[in-house]
Formats: sequence, C-alpha cells, structure tokens
Amino acid sequence: MKIVCNGQALEIAPGTRVADYLSQLGLETPSVVVECDGMILSREEYESHALQDGSVLELIRFVGGG
Amino acid sequence: MLTIAGRKFRSRLFGGTGKFSSPEVMKESLAASGCEMVTVALRRVDLNNPADDIMRVLDRDRYLFLPNTSGARDAGEAIRLARLARASGGGEWLKLEVTPDPRTLLPDPIETLKATEVLVKEGFKVLPYINADPILALRLQDAGAVAVMPLGSPIGTNQGVLTRFQIEIIIAQARVPVIVDAGLGAPSHVAEAMEMGADAVLVNTAIAVAGDPVRMARAFALAVEAGRIAYEAGLGAVRKDAAPSSPEDGLGFLR
Amino acid sequence: MFVLPEFSALQEAISRATEADALMALHSDRPGLAGLAALLSPVAEPHLGALAKRSGAITSQRFGRTMQMYAPVYLSSYCANRCAYCGFSADNTIERRVLSMAEAESEAMILHQRGFSHLLLVSGESPAKVGVDYLEELALRLRDRFAALSIEVQPLATEEYARLFSAGITSVAVYQETYDREVYKKVHLAGRKADFDFRLETPARAAAAGMREVGIGALLGLADWRAEGLALGFHLAWLRKNYWRTGLTVSFPRLRPAQGEFKPLRPVSERNLSQMIFALRIFDPDVGLYLSTREEARYRDGMIGLGPTRYSAGSCTAPGGYGLADAGGEQFEVGDSRSLAEVSAAIQQKGFDPVRKDWDAVFQVQGDGQQAA
Repeated sequence: MKIVCNGQALEIAPGTRVADYLSQLGLETPSVVVECDGMILSREEYESHALQDGSVLELIRFVGGG
Repeated sequence: MLTIAGRKFRSRLFGGTGKFSSPEVMKESLAASGCEMVTVALRRVDLNNPADDIMRVLDRDRYLFLPNTSGARDAGEAIRLARLARASGGGEWLKLEVTPDPRTLLPDPIETLKATEVLVKEGFKVLPYINADPILALRLQDAGAVAVMPLGSPIGTNQGVLTRFQIEIIIAQARVPVIVDAGLGAPSHVAEAMEMGADAVLVNTAIAVAGDPVRMARAFALAVEAGRIAYEAGLGAVRKDAAPSSPEDGLGFLR
Repeated sequence: MFVLPEFSALQEAISRATEADALMALHSDRPGLAGLAALLSPVAEPHLGALAKRSGAITSQRFGRTMQMYAPVYLSSYCANRCAYCGFSADNTIERRVLSMAEAESEAMILHQRGFSHLLLVSGESPAKVGVDYLEELALRLRDRFAALSIEVQPLATEEYARLFSAGITSVAVYQETYDREVYKKVHLAGRKADFDFRLETPARAAAAGMREVGIGALLGLADWRAEGLALGFHLAWLRKNYWRTGLTVSFPRLRPAQGEFKPLRPVSERNLSQMIFALRIFDPDVGLYLSTREEARYRDGMIGLGPTRYSAGSCTAPGGYGLADAGGEQFEVGDSRSLAEVSAAIQQKGFDPVRKDWDAVFQVQGDGQQAA
C-alpha cells in the first residue's frame, strides 16, 4: 500500500504499524514525534496504530534554530 | 535572579542552536555562553539520513529547550507546530514566532496575538517574538504570555537595538520579563539592551557565525553580565542641559 | 493585588536619599520609585527651582500649553462616615441636603452655561442618599451635554462602576486620604471608610470596570507628606502596570493651616506642596495633576505651567450652591473664589490655553473592561 511520509510517496507492506515503520527507519527514539493524518500520536499508540493506504505521516524532531 | 513562569535562570543570555558549523561547535559555544535556555526549531526528519540528530549532543538536564514555531506564517500553522513541539518532549515552553513575510521575517502582530490566546488556554508557556510595539506587548501580557521578546532589529541584520525608544516603553510597562531578541550582532548591542533594563537577551547568529564561536559566546556572556550590573547599579542620567541647580526663578509666588 | 509598603519603610527610603540621588533623578527620563523618594526628600529642597523648571518642561512637552478646566457639583452632604477632618462628617451638626434629580441637573446646567464641560460629581458617602441608581440616572441625563463626568463618591463594586460607565460616567476619583495606616485609623472614626484596605483597592476596581480615568490622592496635613508622595508613586506605578488602558490622575487636597476647625496634624506648606507636585510630575510625565480651588489664587496662578494640568474654577462646595443663594453646609472653604472667566484670563495671561473639553461621554460604549489584576 501507498503512504506519504514527510512529503515522499512510499510503498509499504499492508498492515504496517507505526512502531514497525519507525523501527525500519531506525527512529525508535523519544526525540521523534509522529503526526498521522493530522493527529499527533502518543508513544503508547505506536504499537496499536496501523497505517492505512493513503495515510499521510509526518515525522518531526527538534533541529537547530534561533 | 531572572524568573520566567516560576522557573529561575542564573544566566540572562539565551542561546540559539541554529547556523552552527557542527553540533560539536554548538555544544562548546553554548557551554561557553553559560546559557540555560536554548531555542530549537522543529523540522521533518530527513528520511535519507534519519539518524542525523544534532540535538543529541545537548544535555537536556543542563539546557531547557525553548521550541520555536519558526516557519509558521499564520496562527494556525504556529499552533500546529506548538502542539508538535509539546509532543516532542519540548514541555510547555514555546517561543511563538509567526513570520508571513519571507523577505524580512518580521513577525505578524495579529496572528501572534491570536495564537497566544489559543496556546495559553492549552497550557503553553508562551514567549512571543514581536516587533517592538508597546501596545502589542501589553495585549500579549493580558492574554497570558509569560514573557515578551521584542526585536532589536530585523533578524540576522546585526544592526543592534534600533528599536530603543519602543523597547524602553515596553520595559517600563512590563509585568513579565522582556527578552530582547534578534538583530543583536555584537556584545556591545546586548550590553546596551541590558543597560536599558531588559531582563534577558537571545543571541544565535552572532555567536554561531563568528570566526571563533566559542570565544564569541564568552564575549556575549560577559557583555550581558556587564550590562545587567550597570543597570542594577544605576547609570548616571544623560544631562539634557548643563544648567546648574538654579536659584528659585519663577517661584517668587510661594509663601 | 496592590501591596503598599509600610509607611515607615517609605519614610526610610526617603531619608536614605542623598543630594546626588536627587540631582540624578532630576535629570533622569525615568527616575523610578527610588528617584521619586529622592525628589521628595529634604535634600531636594535647595533645588526646588530646578525641580519646577524640569516639571514645567515635562508638563508642556506632554500636555502642551493647556489647562483643563472643571467644576465640582456637590450632590449631597449626607455622610455615613465619621472623619475627624471633614465638614460632612456624620457627627457634625450641619444642615444636610441631598439634591433631587431635577436640582442636580439644574446645578449642572448652570455650570454648562458658564462654559464647563468637565464636571466632578461629589457627594458625602451615604449610599442611601446618593447610590448607584441616583448616579446612573444623573449620568444618563447629563451625558449628552458634557464631555467628561467624574464622580467622587463612596467606593463602589466593580459591577457598579461598570454600570455607571455605561451610563456615561467617564472617571472615578477616590482618595486614600492617608497611606499611613496608623493615622488612617485615628482620623476615620466610624463608617465603611474605616476599612483602609477596601478603600485602597477601590481605584483598581474602577479601572477594571473600564473607566477612562481614575484619580487617587492623599489629604495633605494628616501624615508625613513626603511618604504620602512616595505611596502615591507606588500606587500609580502599580495601577499603570495592571490597568494600562486607564488614564491616571493625582489630586493634592491640602488642609490649610489657618482654615476650618480641624487643625492639620502635620501641616504642609506651599513649598512642600510644590515639591510634591514637581516630584510626581518628574516621576510620571503622563499623570494628570489637579490643583483645586482649595488653594489661593496667588498660589494657583504661580503654579500655572509648572506641573498641574487640571484647574477648577468658581467652585462651590455645598449642595445646591450654584443655584440657591442660601445653600449652607460647605465641605470646605475655597481659597480661590474667582469665576471661570477670571481664572481662564489668568491662565491665558501665562500663555496657556484653558481647555473645556477633550472627550464626549456620548461616544462611550461599554467594552470588555479590563482583566482584574
């Protein structure tokens, strides 16, 4: 199935949960926050939240700024 | 000691984390500046380089993160970024910046006030970045901002405190700390702001892009301290006229 | 909530000031409360001429060469308080009078015909005789014809002030009389007024209700005038911070030594009064300063241009005093009994413009008010 993550269209396996996807990217770190279809997910939701075809995902973290 | 929203700060210099040549230089510079609060921005993770996390070098116990909403062009975008910042473990602290004009990056007063009203209700400790407009500063305080951050001059211009007259009014009227932000390009600029009675200053570019950022950070720290001590010690007034204390001209009517 | 420093602490701050502190404050754009203490202290006295000059320059710069004219309308001499210094004190045996609505309106119209458009509605503190309903009705009757309607009556609640604001009252004056708690207790023998703190919070309630202007003051002659001046500075600074939409004024009612039955506990001379006015002007360039007809014509003429911005003229301090020839029972005897025309001429003589209006109460709508501090 197709999702859009950080503006890029990607193909991922059906049934992938947010936790699975983060682990594939090596991003199981508390410094990354996940917004899925406009909703911010809490860490507890990563395990249960399955991505859907067409899901729009934003992975955000702190970067340098003034 | 400086207190913002109940939290005490020994240093009146706040640092930025942008524009450094490397995370290591940033870390060393912030250490040399003595600052305890640093601004950070929020951006998408680079999916081609997901492990690149420059914030990993900063000790969160040592530095309070002040996430900003840089890039937001209206209240809605700023509110979204604020919520993401909180979810990222940024706590309730927020430097609110709404800059619709990409050329000057001057803040939008109307959207800033709107966003402040919403975010204060959501429990954020909002420090709005504003043009040096005294009435806006008051309105933001009424709306619950925990500090105000008027600009000295447009961001990145290194022109110093061009808004001196308005910042003096903001300081005189303020019920919350006043942090002068943006445009402070040299230690003499921050000393000037602190001598005027600013509660703190925020410096990023001038340290990050200096020839030797670590030594420059130290210079800014000293200037902030010097300016603050001068303010507390009471500067002599600039004389408007050289008139010595006069005899009682014009008071002959007194009995 | 406004926290007033102990009166003795104010006195200490003043006594610590040096002549150098006073000179520094004199030339500073923002002398602050420490500077005000120095300007009020005896060490500033040799520099009274320089204070006058600076105060006058600040006043002209901020207010122009103008003087706002107003007149009081005494509505009632009934009072529920017993205050040792006041002609309306409940235990004084004077003939009491409260104006009917028609009488009050007619008094106001006499002043209107004389050319006044700023009125100060004054009454003894007797809610049963002149309460919120009375003031509201009077304001509604007068608002179309006057530029500003101020009240100097008993302290009210925020909601009551909001009602009066809607009806057209533009400003509220409520004087603490003295910021010295001990003296306050001694001279306010009975009545609601005996509650120092309730009175102290009153200006903030009026400001919170949205009033355009709030006036404070101390009755000079009760306690150490220097510390009263510093207390006024603290009160002003706090009100400015917390109610920034509200204009602020200070009055300087002085118990003159030779006058009345109550002997001032701490007499205040004209020099003292002048120093206090100059110091507060240098401390706060924006504050409106009243100098009423309690003071003599000679003194008032001399002070034109040196700090005050509001002068009354042709004042009568008894209810019905403008229209009724036999209205007795004055609150105090005036020191300057000249007419508006005569006082205006004196003001013009000094190169100032006597201004009769700067606002129209008819434009006033009830807004959100301000957040309480």
